[in-house]
Amino acid sequence: MAKLVVHQEKITDAKALAALCPFGAMQEKDGKITITAGCRMCRICVKKGPKGAVEYVEDKKVPAIDKTKWRGIAVYVDHVDGAVHPVTYELLGKAKELAAKIHQPVYALFIGSNIEHAAEELLHYGADKVYVCDKPELEYFKIEAYTSVFEEFINKVKPSAILVGATSVGRQLAPRTAARFNTGLTADCTILDIKENTDLVQIRPAFGGNIMAEILTPNNRPQMATVRYKVMDAPKWIDSVSGQIEKLEIAEEKLKANIEVLGITQKPKEKTIDAADVIVVAGRGVKKRQDLKLIEDLAKSLGGELASTRPLVEAGWVDPKRQIGLSGRTVRPKLIITCGVSGSVQFVAGMNHAETIIAINSDPKAAIFKTANYAITADIYDIIPELIQKIKTGGTIL
Amino acid sequence: MKILVCIKQVPGTNKVEVDEKTGVLKRNGADSKMNPYDLYALETGVRLKEKYGGTVSVITMGPPQAKAVLYEAFSMGADEGALITDRKFGGADVLATSRTLSQGIKRFGDFDIILCGLQTTDGDTAQVGPEVAEQLKIPSVCNVQRIEKVEKDNIIVDMDMPQDIERIKIYFPCLLTVQKDIYQPRLPSYLKQKETSKKDIDVFTFSDMEDQDENKYGLNGSPTHVQRIFPPVSDKVQQHWQGTTEELAVKIYETLKEKKFIA
Repeated sequence: MAKLVVHQEKITDAKALAALCPFGAMQEKDGKITITAGCRMCRICVKKGPKGAVEYVEDKKVPAIDKTKWRGIAVYVDHVDGAVHPVTYELLGKAKELAAKIHQPVYALFIGSNIEHAAEELLHYGADKVYVCDKPELEYFKIEAYTSVFEEFINKVKPSAILVGATSVGRQLAPRTAARFNTGLTADCTILDIKENTDLVQIRPAFGGNIMAEILTPNNRPQMATVRYKVMDAPKWIDSVSGQIEKLEIAEEKLKANIEVLGITQKPKEKTIDAADVIVVAGRGVKKRQDLKLIEDLAKSLGGELASTRPLVEAGWVDPKRQIGLSGRTVRPKLIITCGVSGSVQFVAGMNHAETIIAINSDPKAAIFKTANYAITADIYDIIPELIQKIKTGGTIL
Repeated sequence: MKILVCIKQVPGTNKVEVDEKTGVLKRNGADSKMNPYDLYALETGVRLKEKYGGTVSVITMGPPQAKAVLYEAFSMGADEGALITDRKFGGADVLATSRTLSQGIKRFGDFDIILCGLQTTDGDTAQVGPEVAEQLKIPSVCNVQRIEKVEKDNIIVDMDMPQDIERIKIYFPCLLTVQKDIYQPRLPSYLKQKETSKKDIDVFTFSDMEDQDENKYGLNGSPTHVQRIFPPVSDKVQQHWQGTTEELAVKIYETLKEKKFIA
C-alpha cells in the first residue's frame, strides 16, 4: 500500500503545510499534521512541503504486466440501427494516427442487429479489421448483453487501447466494460497521444477547475478512454480499402439481460446547437433573465443559435440542451461569440475547436481571452446593441 | 421497497486557480455542498418511497466531514445513512471508487433500486454509476428521464437517447442514473433537520469491507495515474482589442464581414 508518512519533526510551519493541500485533506492541530481520507495522493505536499516532512512510501511493488501481449487500437462503433455516429469516424482517424506511431493495427467493434451491410464503410475510414457481432438479441442497447459482446471482443483480440465515443451509449458501456476488466477509463479526453511502450497519454480537464491533467494507465490493459463528438478531427474517406470484416461469435446465453425494451418513441427533431455554424453564448455577464433577449437578437442577426454556460442553465434561464461545456454539449461551429463568459476549463473544453472565437468580456483578465482569436474588452450591454445595429443596417446574413 | 441513493460531497465552487509561482492548486477546502445532480436522484428516491412505500437510504464516500451530505439528505426525507471513509481509500480513481462504493453498499444492506445522479460537478465523468452496477453484477439504465411505475419485481422507466426515448423494464435489483429535471428537488425541511440532527449513521472503514485486499483500494487500486497537472495552453492566433464601443463594434463588424459571416 502506497502511503504518505508525516514526519512531524521536519515540519517548520504546520499551518503553511496544511494550506498546500488543494483538497483540504491535511489537518493541523497543535502544530501537528494529520492526513484525512480527503487525500487524493496528488503528492503536492511531498513536492512543495518542507524537505522530508511528508514522505511517499511505496512498500510493495506490483508486478509489471506484459504489454506486448496487447496489440492494436480499437474503436467502438456507435450507431443507431446501422447509421454510424460520426464520432466513430473521428475516433477511427485518431486511432489510425496513434496506431501508426506504434506500428499496430486499428480495429472496429460493431455490435447490433442487421448492421452487417454498414461495416464496409468503416474500412473506408481506416479500420484494418472490423469485428461485427450481428444478432437479433442485440437490436436494442441492453447494457448487459452489449458488455458481454465487448468482453468477448477484448478476450479474443486483446487490443492495447480502446476509444469509445462519449455518447449516451458509450458513456454507459465504456465504464461497465472497464469495470469488468478492472482497468482504467478516462472520460472526455481532449488530447490523446501514445508512447512507444503503448501507454496511451490521456489529457482532460480535471479536478473541476481550470487545470488539465495528463493521465496514464501504466500497468493495466486494455486502456480505455471516451472522447466527445467534435473533439477530434474527422478523417478523410479513403477510396481504396485494404481491411477486412470478421464475424464475432458469441454464445446465446451470454446475451441474456435483466432489461426489456418495451417501446421506442422518436423524439421530435429539434434545432440543436450541435449542428449550428454560428453560436452566440450568454455567460454570467448577463445580469437578468430578460437581458438574454439581447444575446438572442445577436444570434438571430447572424443566423445562429443561442447557447449558454452552466450557471445560466442552473438558474433555469436557458434550456439545458443549449448548455456548452463538459456537462453540456461540445460544439464545433464556424463562429462562436461569447458574451460575458469568463471561460472555465469545462466550458472551453466544449467549444475551443470552433474555427473563429470572438470573446467579449468587461474583465481584461478573463480566462476566455486565452482561448479567443479576438479578445474584446467591453461591456456586453454597450457593445452588443451597437453591433446588432451595425449588422442590421450594414449587411445581410450569408 | 428498499431504495439507496449514492451521494457525494463536492466543492461548493469550481473556481480553482493555479498559483503561478508554486504550481499548487488553490481551493477553499471549507466550502462544500452536495453534488447538485445527486439532489435529483435523492428526490426520485423520496418520491418513490412516498408513492410505493419502503425506505430511502443514502451512502457517501469521502473524508469524515462528508457526513454533512448525509444529514442534508435526512432533512430532505432520507431514512438512514452510511459514510465510507478511510485513508486507505484516498487517491481512488473511477475503478477504485466504484469498487469501494459497491463494497460499502454490500455491507450496508440489500437494495431493490440504487439511484445515482447523472454525474458530479467535480469529476464530471458520469462513470461511477455504471461501474458500481458492474461491480454489483446488476443491470443498469442511465439517463432516466421519467419513472412510469414500479411493479412487484421491476421498474418501468424512460431512458433518454439521442434520437429517441426508450421505455424500459428493468428487474430488481438494479441501478438507475437519473437526469436533471426528472423531479424538482424539494427544499430541506427545517423540522426534519431538527429531528435528524443527532441521528446515528453507519461508518464503514477498510476493516468493514468484504474484500480485504489493500491493493484494490485508493491509489493502489487505481489503474489510472495522474502524471502531471498543468494550466491549459493555447496556441491561438490572438488579437486583443480595446477602445470605445463604437470603435469595437466597427472592428467586430468588419471582421465578421471579412470572414464572410455577413455580406
